Amino acid sequence: MSAPARVARSTGRAPGAVRGVLLVVEHAWVWYRGNWRATVVSSVLQPLLFLLAFGVGFGALVQGGSGVAAATGGHTYLVWLAPALLAVSAVQTGAFESSYPVLSGFKWQRHYHGMTAGPVSPAQVALGHLTWVALKTAGAGAVYVLVIALFGGVASPGIVVALLVAVLTGAAVAAPVTAFSATLENEGAAFSVLFRLVVIPMTLFSGTFFPVDRLPAWVQPVAWVSPLWHGTEVARAAALDRWEPLPALGHTAFLLALLGLGAFFATRLFTRRLQP
Amino acid sequence: MLDVGDGLVQARGLRKRFGEFEAVRGIDVDVARGEVFGFLGPNGAGKSSTMRMIACVSPRSAGELQVLGMDPSVHGPRIRARIGVVPQLDNLDQELSVRQNLEVYGRYFGLSRAHVRARAAELLEFAQLSERADAAVEPLSGGMKRRLTIARALVNDPELLLLDEPTTGLDPQARHLLWERLYRLKREGVTQIITTHYMDEAEQLCDRLVVMDDGLIVAEGSPAELIERYSTREVLELRFPPGAAPPADVLAPHVERIEELPDRLLLYTADGERAQAAIAGAGHRPLSALVRRSTLEDVFLRLTGRSLVE
Repeated sequence: MSAPARVARSTGRAPGAVRGVLLVVEHAWVWYRGNWRATVVSSVLQPLLFLLAFGVGFGALVQGGSGVAAATGGHTYLVWLAPALLAVSAVQTGAFESSYPVLSGFKWQRHYHGMTAGPVSPAQVALGHLTWVALKTAGAGAVYVLVIALFGGVASPGIVVALLVAVLTGAAVAAPVTAFSATLENEGAAFSVLFRLVVIPMTLFSGTFFPVDRLPAWVQPVAWVSPLWHGTEVARAAALDRWEPLPALGHTAFLLALLGLGAFFATRLFTRRLQP
Repeated sequence: MLDVGDGLVQARGLRKRFGEFEAVRGIDVDVARGEVFGFLGPNGAGKSSTMRMIACVSPRSAGELQVLGMDPSVHGPRIRARIGVVPQLDNLDQELSVRQNLEVYGRYFGLSRAHVRARAAELLEFAQLSERADAAVEPLSGGMKRRLTIARALVNDPELLLLDEPTTGLDPQARHLLWERLYRLKREGVTQIITTHYMDEAEQLCDRLVVMDDGLIVAEGSPAELIERYSTREVLELRFPPGAAPPADVLAPHVERIEELPDRLLLYTADGERAQAAIAGAGHRPLSALVRRSTLEDVFLRLTGRSLVE
């Protein structure tokens, strides 16, 4: 066989470990720029409805009751609720963004397969996804903080720390959900079970709307395994300026451990699925 | 270790197991720079599993493999940075525009924004999609999506392009357009590896190919060599009314070899018309008779006793 007249030389290079992750984030950003309107409902409207219903409506009902002042330490119900709403919103976004969109990357649109045909690894795709979810919850959370402030729900600059804690909480939920989604062959009932039996109960019983110690004693241990409870405790302590270092450290360690474990399994499962 | 010459891909005793099932059962492959190399075989022959190992997205179970002189199990990302992959199933990002698919994908190869912008414009031209540049991907026709997938695979100027069943599901016009683009790439020096179960595609595109069956390579050569080695120059296809076909051994003296298919007989001979005349002279009356050149389909039938497309 004769040699070709020209020999192609590739311009491609393999990006480094961190850069590969950031390129996955950039991909998501390009998508978001064209589609952000579609996500406004879940990331802004839904939290706003929670704020109006519970912070303003329900808050007016319970305000002035002796139990409320005792539970909130003298703050208005809205001020007490606000950091918890940030955490709830981050958890809901984190869980949702890591369910259908992740399975779609493997199964429906299959774009994860396309991405990893290039030099980026499955682990970088998994970590890029989690980074993107964290950035998105941070952005939506910042808007949420401004709206809450307009309603008079912000008492101290600690709300900024509360926002960061909320983002960590959302990521700590997103990581194991991402790993779980990577194991699914079909949607089946998996996601509705996840949302109905895990996310919604977690939202209701993690000390968001009332302190966990108001629940019967035998239910309280359930809250201890809830990442949302751990996140809410720290976010609330930050927003209300009532720090207790040791518990805060414990709660944060729990969230970091969950995030680390979830991310570890997500990278493993992405690799197994995309490079069998 | 393998001796790395000018080979872009070298495999020795390459195997792939999935649990109990062994999809690739020990194959040797050498692909030289600049050639178009084909894996021809039916579905399930192990072609795609082989391609995925070469594409560094599936670890090998045993044997040796070098792609671009590197070991995929060590240098997967570096190899993948320099190859292009057209998968069997499209995996475009349906929620991005045509142009965005090219630009975003190019960025994964460490290319600057300015570079991918310029490259995307060239590739849109190449794929005849310039007019649809800012359209969504989802409503594109199958042929357009396929061309976009190929364009995307070229964004890093790959030295090696892997195409897994590139024209499956396309109409004839779309196939010919695609083949024409692949010829053009060959002229530009892009080495290509193609899997296909279409013998006409293999004949059209491949300088050299291997026939795969049941996880093994059963023959290797150029399309013309394979036809010469395993088949005759011409084939006489005879159809008889159901149940009225004469037994094969009655017709056998007139030709070199006979294959009996459910709906017709294939008679292999150097001169189809003479065989047809001889058979008519012996008093046999087929419903129809057709003389044609031998193809890779006949090679496959000879080698495995089965048709490529079932």
